Amino acid sequence: MKPRVATAWLGGCSGCHMSFLDLDERLIDLADKVELVYSPIADIKIFPENVDVTLVEGAVTNSENEEMAHLIRKNSRLVIAFGDCATTGNVTAMRNPFKVEDVERRAYIELADKNQRIPDEYVTIAQLLKTAKPLHEVIKVDVWLHGCPPTADQIWFAVTELLQGRIPVLPPAYLRYG
Amino acid sequence: MSVITFTIDGEQYSAKEGDTILQVARDNKIPIPTLCYLEGLSTFGACRLCVVEIEGSQKLFPACTTKPTESMIVHTNTVKLKKYRKMIVELLASEGNHQCAVCVVNGHCELQDLAYEVELDHVRFPYLFPKKSLDATHKDFVIDRNRCVLCTRCVRVCHEVEAAHVWDIAGRGIDCEIIADLNQPWGTSPSCTSCGKCVRVCPTGALFDKGAAVGEMQKESGFIKFIVNARNKHEWVRTAHEEE
Amino acid sequence: MTVEDLRELAEKEQARQAEYEHRILYCSSAGCVSSGCDAVKNELKKAIGELGLSKKCEMIGTGCLGLCGEGPLVFVHSDPTLYQHVDATVARRIVEEHIGQGKKVKENEIDLNDPFFASQKKIVLENMGKINAESIEEYIAADGYEALAKALTEMVPEEVISEIRKAGLRGRGGAGYPTGLKWDIVRKGVADQKYIVCNADEGDPGAFMDRSVLEGDPHRVLEGMAIAGYAVGANQGFIYVRAEYPLAIDRLKTAIKQAERFGLLGNGIFESHFNFRIDIRIGAGAFVCGEETALLRSVMGRRGRPKVRPPYPSEKGLWDKPTVINNVETYANVAPILRNGSGWFAAIGTQKSPGTKVFAIAGNVKRPGLIEVPMGIALRKIVFDIGGGTPEGTTFKAAQAGGPSGGCIPTEHLDIPVDYESLQTVGAMMGSGGMIVIDNTSNMVEVAKYFSEFCMDESCGKCIPCRVGTKHIYMMLDKIVKGEATENDFELLKELCVMVKETSLCGLGQSAPNGVLSTVRFFKDEYLSKLKKSSEGNTHLNESSSVPVVKEA
Repeated sequence: MKPRVATAWLGGCSGCHMSFLDLDERLIDLADKVELVYSPIADIKIFPENVDVTLVEGAVTNSENEEMAHLIRKNSRLVIAFGDCATTGNVTAMRNPFKVEDVERRAYIELADKNQRIPDEYVTIAQLLKTAKPLHEVIKVDVWLHGCPPTADQIWFAVTELLQGRIPVLPPAYLRYG
Repeated sequence: MSVITFTIDGEQYSAKEGDTILQVARDNKIPIPTLCYLEGLSTFGACRLCVVEIEGSQKLFPACTTKPTESMIVHTNTVKLKKYRKMIVELLASEGNHQCAVCVVNGHCELQDLAYEVELDHVRFPYLFPKKSLDATHKDFVIDRNRCVLCTRCVRVCHEVEAAHVWDIAGRGIDCEIIADLNQPWGTSPSCTSCGKCVRVCPTGALFDKGAAVGEMQKESGFIKFIVNARNKHEWVRTAHEEE
Repeated sequence: MTVEDLRELAEKEQARQAEYEHRILYCSSAGCVSSGCDAVKNELKKAIGELGLSKKCEMIGTGCLGLCGEGPLVFVHSDPTLYQHVDATVARRIVEEHIGQGKKVKENEIDLNDPFFASQKKIVLENMGKINAESIEEYIAADGYEALAKALTEMVPEEVISEIRKAGLRGRGGAGYPTGLKWDIVRKGVADQKYIVCNADEGDPGAFMDRSVLEGDPHRVLEGMAIAGYAVGANQGFIYVRAEYPLAIDRLKTAIKQAERFGLLGNGIFESHFNFRIDIRIGAGAFVCGEETALLRSVMGRRGRPKVRPPYPSEKGLWDKPTVINNVETYANVAPILRNGSGWFAAIGTQKSPGTKVFAIAGNVKRPGLIEVPMGIALRKIVFDIGGGTPEGTTFKAAQAGGPSGGCIPTEHLDIPVDYESLQTVGAMMGSGGMIVIDNTSNMVEVAKYFSEFCMDESCGKCIPCRVGTKHIYMMLDKIVKGEATENDFELLKELCVMVKETSLCGLGQSAPNGVLSTVRFFKDEYLSKLKKSSEGNTHLNESSSVPVVKEA
């Protein structure tokens, strides 16, 4: 049975996933070796159980992210903070010094061209948390893979280590913020 | 002039009287991380990154201010020191709002370099996300206090080399901030000569040239040593190392 | 003024005091002032006047009488009687019944044979309850300025230093550095100008030793400083006193003026070539200015921030000149040593820590107040004999010695001798003399949180470990108190505390984690009981259990 791998997209820009796609032809190798059981680039609605590794992009910035993070932790043997937002909060956390109401007013009213209103009447829209948090402030994280975004080579290093049954310890050369 | 022989990490070195452990280490390419220290400026001794162990003492000593004595045995890179340095960088990272991805010095930042040097893969302390101000009132430069590490290089260079003393520190503890003159917009400072030395020596993106975009700002702190040498010793020489 | 003049003055004053049959001393220190001694003073005065006793009875304000929790206090000197909780009614009765009819006011009398008094040994506080805090004549009548006269007329500076060294006097500000040695370094320093500085920036919560000395016996400090000036060759002294001590500042100002008028400060003191003047510098409310290098910068009008030592102030202090900086209590010990001899002093206390120590006992204790005990006394004696133990229905839990950065000493170490070295073995320190007794109604994690908040607020922000570390220590303790922390948080807290202690620049940061470390050492259960059992957040993969995660393809 192939290892079951998932990738998740929380409060981030999807840049980390774009970088993942930058693995290019290596993706073909990877497709043979792993089973992708959940990912924003695959049309799967529900995060499955019994996942071996999950790469989590983005900070935990709203109630949905928080719920998702806990679900990921519950269902994954290994969780990797994928990129700077998951590691430090990064750009997602730039709102943190400000109050949530101020952030929402700025985004939905002051900067909106039309329909200026805060969409708080829809229960389906996740509420912003008081602050955006790096993943490890919410759930246990096993490996940090930084960079904004992490390069394809960094990702490939981590993935190949994992495929060989090792928990990746990134060499200093792959240590990169920003 | 008397010469002192002492040991750093198992090797013997000689030092001139008055040299600090850090100077000897630098001369001999022994890496000791620093942040507030800058050649040409007075030593501040505050970042505590350069602390070393000296045999026979329980205490740790900042290499930048400690002078070696005959037969002293210094350790610069023990497990304990590595652990402490990493924690210091963690504390620094948690204290400010450091978003490398959108910073003018991304890729040329001493704080980033330190994080790599101590192999910081994540920060265990909660980020504080303080609300700090940005002042773009100066015609040429900007100060973004979100990125300030309070090393006071700007304060010292402005006081000691430019002799304008525009910058100083207000507040205390975690609320310390660099302020211009009597805490006024930088652009209104009558004492600022717009020389830009503070901008060049700032280790992070807290001080930068107006108009610089992400990653565009390259700092140049080596010239302070050149200026100070030129003034004090009348030696107008720049080494290749400083040109870098 | 000559030595003969001084003796004449002393005799004249003694004769004047002898004219009165009774001397009523009311405590005029800040503690009793705040509990209403002004009303007492007015009533005493009125009663004495109305009963026509003013020829027979003198009334004066004196220094701290010790039992601050029982104030306002009044002491009748002639027939030694101490009265507690004196209000206007009691004051009148003291005059009418005790002075007028020779009958003590039994209800308010305190037994002077109580262990509170019997276990004490007074050197620094010897004049408390004896002299008028605002009268130089009374200080002189109590052998005041005798030591300065002796130093200037009979001794060379080296002899003064040697006497202090032989006495074994150690700095009373906390670290316990030998005072004579410090003076000797400054004496030997080559400079055109040297300075004497008195650290009166007492800032520990619950500590009021220095304040009491300055309020009750300011001349003692001036005399000690002048002797230090003579010993090291300095002609200028500064007293750095915190602005929160207005009464102490007033009394100091008065004392300096009096001493100048009598020629005991100024030029050619005792007709020698020795000149010495003292100026007051008032602090602006920063605890860190109690740290000597920060204090010196503040005296010079700069931002009160510590700097790296060496160079020590004894080599490069004020304006880079050799500077003696000692604490109030240290200077207060100098005159008695010269008057009574180093042998007398060295015989008190322990061999390594001679003399006495003044403590301000506060907290959950029956008799809070100001005490002076010989060094080496068992902590148990201070807490139980002198302090009377914890309030009814509670049990002793810990004594916090050494201010916010001190440590908590638990029951099992109650018999520890109180001296510099012993206290350090249990993670506490002598500090300047604050002692807070904690009973079983207090939670030690909250105690640690309180002190860590103080240290965080008072961090100057210069070095990173203290500036950011104290913030995180406080936040983590808050998290533990709220029951939100995990075992990992607790481990990280301990790691951080050790790091802040070892890497901080000055004494504030280096000792800021002591409160946490000592409570973790002795009261770990109280921490563990507040931790969350399991956790998801902020944990780390245990390397030994790192099972290969990915199965073979």
